[in-house]
Amino acid sequence: MEQFILPLTGGLLLGASAMWLLLSMGRIAGISGVIWGAVAGPDRSWRWLFLIGLLFGGGVTHFALGQPLPDPSRAPMWIVAISGLLVGIGTRMGGGCTSGHGVCGLGRRSPRSAVATLTFMALGIITVAITQMLSGGAL
Amino acid sequence: MKAWPALIAGILFGLGLTLSGMSDPAKVLGFLNIAGDWVPDLIFVMGGAVVVTLIFTPLVVKRARPLLADSFSLPTTKALDKRLVSGAVLFGVGWGLSGYCPGPAVVSLLYGYESTIVFCLAMLAGMSIEGRVSKRLG
Repeated sequence: MEQFILPLTGGLLLGASAMWLLLSMGRIAGISGVIWGAVAGPDRSWRWLFLIGLLFGGGVTHFALGQPLPDPSRAPMWIVAISGLLVGIGTRMGGGCTSGHGVCGLGRRSPRSAVATLTFMALGIITVAITQMLSGGAL
Repeated sequence: MKAWPALIAGILFGLGLTLSGMSDPAKVLGFLNIAGDWVPDLIFVMGGAVVVTLIFTPLVVKRARPLLADSFSLPTTKALDKRLVSGAVLFGVGWGLSGYCPGPAVVSLLYGYESTIVFCLAMLAGMSIEGRVSKRLG
């Protein structure tokens, strides 16, 4: 059970972050939307502050609390590039990612978010099953 | 509108992503690999986060307005359409290929790996392409 304390604590913090942003500013903590809004606007300033905070929070975990840095993705660079491209296209087309649809949208009981979350989870599982098969478990 | 609360929200989010292991693509792919050596951690991450939002979202949006803004900015689209599902399909495939979704990818920039820089640039390119194509298609 002990190995699940950190994941659970992290999850509770993600929920607390989303609720704080909603309570204080009335905004949804959807990271894909925050990223694109920070680049393209409008209302850039709060989005940049959120992203700066994101890096700072990660820094506290690794450099102040001493949690080891995770390794980079084992996927070859060209796959990582395709992956990023698909995540960019898909999150804008579908109006959200794991945070906006998964964490915030499910909490709002949004049917759109439920459909999106089930869909991207299913496709993530299928994609990993296929890459595992093709790579013989190397990825 | 006061923007400083977003800094606090970002810090909490960054802590949450890194403490939970979401910024480790191997853990994320291990979670999606249900047929293989399954890593259940992310159930606790998602579960913990969603329990909080399920309980508190209704209480918060019942208020007349947020603490430091004039109104709530909530999504108004309701349509369960092809665009929503196609977007989620593409996102799911992209997520499954590398193990990165937008939040963990941004926080991983901290680690200085070439692959997360490539991922984030490609993601921005994808977002920009999607905007142009969908504008043209009307």
